[in-house]
Amino acid sequence: MSSIILFLVVIGTIGAWWLSKQRLMAKPWLEEGIHGGFPGLESSPVPASKIGLGIFLAVVGALFALLISAYSMRMQMSDWRPVPNQTMLWPVTGLLVMSGAALEWAKVAARTRDLEALKAALVAAGLFALAFLAGQLLVLRRLTEVGLVLTNNPANSFFFLIIGLHGLHILGGLVALGRTIYKTHRTRDPDRLRLSVSLCATYWHFLLAVWLVLFALLTGWAEDFVAICRQLLT
Amino acid sequence: MVDVPLDTFGGLPPPEVPDVDLYHPKSWVTKYVFSQDAKVIAIQYSATAMSIGLLALVLSWLMRLQLGFPSIFSFIDATAYYQFVTMHGMMMVVYVLTALFLGGFGNYLIPLMVGARDMVFPYANMLSYWLYLLAVVILLASFFVPGGPTGAGWTLYPPQAILSGTPGRDWGIMLMLISLIIFIIGFTMGGLNYVVTVLQARARGMTLMRMPLTVWGIFTASFMALLAFPALLVGAVMMLFDRLLGTSFFMPSLVEMGEHLSYGGGSPILFQHLFWFFGHPEVYIVALPAFGIVSDLISVHARKNIFGYRMMVWAILAIGALSFVVWAHHMYVSGMNPYFGFFFATSTLIIAVPTAIKIYNWVLTLWRGNIRLTLPMLFALAFIVTFINGGLTGLFLGNVVVDVPLSDTMFVVAHFHMVMGVAPVLAIFGAIYHWYPKVTGRMLDETLGRIHFWITFLGAYLIFFPMHYLGLMGVPRRYHEMGEMAFVPQSAQTLNAFITVMALIVGTAQMVFFFNVVWSYFKGKPAGHNPWEAASLEWQTPETPPPHGNWGRELPVVYRWAYDYSVPGAASDFVPQNQPVASRPASDEDR
Ligand code: HEM
Ligand SMILES: [Cu+2]
Repeated sequence: MSSIILFLVVIGTIGAWWLSKQRLMAKPWLEEGIHGGFPGLESSPVPASKIGLGIFLAVVGALFALLISAYSMRMQMSDWRPVPNQTMLWPVTGLLVMSGAALEWAKVAARTRDLEALKAALVAAGLFALAFLAGQLLVLRRLTEVGLVLTNNPANSFFFLIIGLHGLHILGGLVALGRTIYKTHRTRDPDRLRLSVSLCATYWHFLLAVWLVLFALLTGWAEDFVAICRQLLT
Repeated sequence: MVDVPLDTFGGLPPPEVPDVDLYHPKSWVTKYVFSQDAKVIAIQYSATAMSIGLLALVLSWLMRLQLGFPSIFSFIDATAYYQFVTMHGMMMVVYVLTALFLGGFGNYLIPLMVGARDMVFPYANMLSYWLYLLAVVILLASFFVPGGPTGAGWTLYPPQAILSGTPGRDWGIMLMLISLIIFIIGFTMGGLNYVVTVLQARARGMTLMRMPLTVWGIFTASFMALLAFPALLVGAVMMLFDRLLGTSFFMPSLVEMGEHLSYGGGSPILFQHLFWFFGHPEVYIVALPAFGIVSDLISVHARKNIFGYRMMVWAILAIGALSFVVWAHHMYVSGMNPYFGFFFATSTLIIAVPTAIKIYNWVLTLWRGNIRLTLPMLFALAFIVTFINGGLTGLFLGNVVVDVPLSDTMFVVAHFHMVMGVAPVLAIFGAIYHWYPKVTGRMLDETLGRIHFWITFLGAYLIFFPMHYLGLMGVPRRYHEMGEMAFVPQSAQTLNAFITVMALIVGTAQMVFFFNVVWSYFKGKPAGHNPWEAASLEWQTPETPPPHGNWGRELPVVYRWAYDYSVPGAASDFVPQNQPVASRPASDEDR
């Protein structure tokens, strides 16, 4: 359970840092009036949906941290046979990088009010993401073709489960992206889409980061890292 | 999309909202069924959760009938008993208490108490309820599938949960897992709303340290739930894989009826870790809102500010953080490294410190207060007593050496029913008696309420107190029948019969409450805007019950914390949060 604990420490640190700015030492019974310290007056207000996305990402992060915890615990059992390296995963990962890059481009397009470029960039991001999903499916297909099916080893089971859950999150993101694309066709003013676009981009980069961690885990590099951590802990 | 206009609010809601920006329901259906108004969603959540609560109550009756009068009711065989235990436990913990505190009270109170018009993402909020309802329907469906609901115990431990010896192995367990997965997805949508509304939609002047403790409790609990439920989700998904697709995440190699199953190598302990990583915070997800609510009830009905407000807030936060590092105290008997046992025992006992602080502060709030023994106050007092009671036995169980012999006896059943069964339910009743006037504009009937209170409070003790004793005698939990247990004297059976009779009486007495809720809705005494003379914001709405948008054209401005009662020199014995600071005669200080 060390990876989820580590994750919680990170979340806890962010939470503590935020709380430390909330005047928790204030003595509200002595303070009347609206003077000072209420949110948003002096600092630039962050849209609620951004905060919402941030917290959602924490939830998704917890989910994957727990999966990784489970993975590393199960890995220690004697029947674990690691999945052979899937070189295909490299180009597939590249597709997700491209998708995120396209969203960065979309952000720029939204800022410069270039509606046509914005549309193109968003569609490109969606297509790259779909290609990524297809690539993942292909990797799984190949595994089953060489006889590494879901059930014959826990390493395979995790491989399928992790890729599947990550893919589901991409799919969810695609729904949001689809809505944004739909909105580009209904408005003439790219300014109104800036928030949606940047939310999509944040989500994409987060899923990319998660994927890189999972990738490291599945190909076994993380194993060495985990081993070191375990040594440090004991 | 409806959540767009609120997005544009940014961190600080403007004082006035142009009419067009408010989401307006267009028909009866969007107003009362697929509603995006947090208040309607709150009622929907509460009504659903309470119906499930009644069902879970009936299940507990059936169990009690079997325990009190064994082998009289032929339809309660061992299989049915396990199914009842499981469904009762899971329903009560997840589908009743969590849904009621967060989905019910959270939705109703957060926007009103922080001075917002609604939740920040109303559409997701609506989806949250409908997913919850879907989860409930799927859960109930398991009563009607072949083999019936799962009988694995609410902890759903593998491997037995999906082996053929366990009731509901074919369909029940799958429906349970699917229902939980849907519940968690739905909750996440709601939870994001509760948290972000507190963060981003507070009225001007409402600093965090001016929020009522109810909001602090629900806020912290929601945040915890957001981080804890994923563990249950991962566990449920993996178990579903094991059951449906034949993976071996949790399943060791097994021989069943002389046949070697295809499972192998899996780790049941892994599931226990995941389950309790969710399960322990869950206890506080239920307790923290109750703490917050009780703090507010006590303060209002004792006409005193809450003692040590800051400490109360810190304690809530500390409990929230600590409760994530104690989960393995549920696994003392799973054969863990003694050093881990020591660590978890210590962290468990440390949680007692902030909890004790809260209790002292409640008592000090009451101290020399102008206590009005209203119904909410009675329930709040009963909550404190009960919580102390359950907390003390918790200290016993938190110690490894004491827990090992008591584990899996009725003592444990008595303990957790006190802390997380009876106590939260008392807080819920108190809260309903307190806020019902705001929700409906009418008071609940006092006499009926008092009858309800005394039967429930005393009855709960008559039910659960003797169970401690049974547990010390060694009567095991989750046993359908005691059979030939030489160490259990005959008198235990008499006691069991007594408990059962009390459970029937207490359960039936709840009808008084439901009758009261319905009757008062039509015939209750009109309540006015602020019958309790409370200072917090939800009592200051221009209309009661608050209409869509809560505040009319102009959002409130907050000038003080929520606890200005009996302020020396003030005109009345409470000062509402949104009352502008009195213009004092100009003094030197002001110049
Ligand atoms: C009148 C009220 C209640 C009665 C009479 C009652 C009775 C019982 C009984 C007889 C059992 C089974 C004991 C056993 O054989 O192991 C049980 C289990 C349980 N109850 Fe209750 N209960 C009540 C209310 C609640 C509430 C409000 C909660 C909410 C937390 C709750 C949560 C549980 C849990 C979690 C279990 C354990 C299930 C398991 O072992 O898997 N109960 N209850
Ligand atoms: Cu616990």
